Amino acid sequence: MAMTMVEKILARATGQKAVKAGDVVEPKVSLAMSHENAALVINQFLEIYKDTGLKPKVWDPDKIAIILDHRVPAESAKTATNQKKIREFVAAQKIKKFHDIRGDEGGICHQILPENGYVLPGTVVVGTDSHTTSHGALGAFSFGIGATEMASVWALGRVLNVEVPKTIKVVAKGKFGRYVLPKDFILYLIGKISAEGANFKVLEYHGPTIQKMPTSGRLTVANMSVEAGATSGIFPPDEETLRYLREEAKVKGPIDIFGPDPEAEYDQVIEINVSELEPMVACPHTVDNVKPVSQVGRVKVDQIVIGSCTNGRLDDLAVAARLLKGKKIARGTRMLVFPASFRIYQQALQLGYIADLVKAGAVVMNPGCGCCLGVHEGALGDGEVALSTTNRNFKGRMGNPKAEVYLCSPAVAAASALTGYITDPRKGGK
Amino acid sequence: MAKVVLKLGDDISTDIIYPGRYMATVLPSETPQYAFADLPEFNSKLRSGQIPAGSVIVAGKNFGCGSSREQAASCLKGYDLIVVAKNFARIFMQNAINLGLRLVVCPEIEAEEGDELEILPDKIINKTSGKEFKVEALPKARQAIIDAGGLIAYTRQRLLASAGSRKKA
Repeated sequence: MAMTMVEKILARATGQKAVKAGDVVEPKVSLAMSHENAALVINQFLEIYKDTGLKPKVWDPDKIAIILDHRVPAESAKTATNQKKIREFVAAQKIKKFHDIRGDEGGICHQILPENGYVLPGTVVVGTDSHTTSHGALGAFSFGIGATEMASVWALGRVLNVEVPKTIKVVAKGKFGRYVLPKDFILYLIGKISAEGANFKVLEYHGPTIQKMPTSGRLTVANMSVEAGATSGIFPPDEETLRYLREEAKVKGPIDIFGPDPEAEYDQVIEINVSELEPMVACPHTVDNVKPVSQVGRVKVDQIVIGSCTNGRLDDLAVAARLLKGKKIARGTRMLVFPASFRIYQQALQLGYIADLVKAGAVVMNPGCGCCLGVHEGALGDGEVALSTTNRNFKGRMGNPKAEVYLCSPAVAAASALTGYITDPRKGGK
Repeated sequence: MAKVVLKLGDDISTDIIYPGRYMATVLPSETPQYAFADLPEFNSKLRSGQIPAGSVIVAGKNFGCGSSREQAASCLKGYDLIVVAKNFARIFMQNAINLGLRLVVCPEIEAEEGDELEILPDKIINKTSGKEFKVEALPKARQAIIDAGGLIAYTRQRLLASAGSRKKA
């Protein structure tokens, strides 16, 4: 039977010859990721073992990754105490894939996992974060789960009762125009199919444009696939996947490369010609409220944010630095930059991007998620407007339900920093 | 009979149900105080005990979209609310089932605040308007967890079963 990418992965993870959409399976997990919400996972994990007479012990400490990234460094005594509890659990359970608040190996989970070679194609990855879809960029079936579900995975090494999802095939053709980026492609797709257009389904990416897209861009697209409701966004692995894993993630062991069957059955096929796209903006307060930048009108911006798990990678910072080098951010607009990891931060330092951004007036922060979800620094004032390369613009998202968040690519964000208004990077300044 | 205490539209995100700034609070016993914190009127009704257990929130499409934060399910479970929506986002639905929060998928639901609903396995009768609406069954993969009384109990059963079979072997 011909299978989609996710069907093939789930067949392997359950030791079956074939599975099909709608089957209920219990796949083995290759990697289980958590961040600060591991504090709740630990609580639920201990609850499972209560009165059983069994010693609480995770099924495989080498398959668990915990990355502190949501509130780093801790903004409150409560968070610091949660982080301390996590460190104690990590030590007791001998979990080695632990990334603490450190300048040499810390960062945002969705960058730490790929850059350290923790994610391999064809495997099942779960994370207590909705943007766990990111790791489909490397050909894994990677999806977000809740804390109690993770506690169950820590105990059993499997995700219980997974319904094999249907798959939407997305075929991308054409060549991106100047300052049109993978972020614009995924915003366009979400606008086209809506915030629930892929709910309970997988988005599988194909086509000549995808083959030429670097892993950094694929991570952006897979990351935001969840904003169309998708369980996962998957890029069947190819030469670029191998290059990234060997050269950048330094994976030494075997890498199993396989794709979907050519005759696989898809729920729907969507074709997109990226040559026709212009830079896109998601307007408040839903991610599918997407317009070409030319149709957004004159919007004054108080805060620009570049970074996060969506767009905090080296080429994102490079685009921003190129646009801002030797120039000044408009008075009345402030700009925050969050590299996705300290590895990227260090590379950006060496290449001079950080200096270019700081001299232009940007504030470069440590890698972290806090600003994006409004739990740490970078909150907005009443009635203020943010333009951000992050992934969500829901009401209240950046810490204030009386503020507005627009989403865009790093090119639109940087061009807008120069003018103080949402600006088309292809047209530039005032 | 269950009374509709809050009517909401489409795409209600977990940022609305449980704002990110309260995410350092994780324990199910502590999260209910922040349920719908950015809808201060409803939040204060909840906190002051004016909303009886078994009351209903009615929403449109894609309820619970966004972040995987389990607080969004545990804070509503704390008040034993029932959520009736046209459909739910995947992770929220799974979290709700895992924690025993009652969800009802009702694609055509029409109800206003104050309406009295009779929720049956296959339909909802709006006693106030007299109209009936079909209920969709939850995905079959979820039923075993519901039957066990939530995922903690279900996982515990599985763990004990495999420990038992290992002992026998």
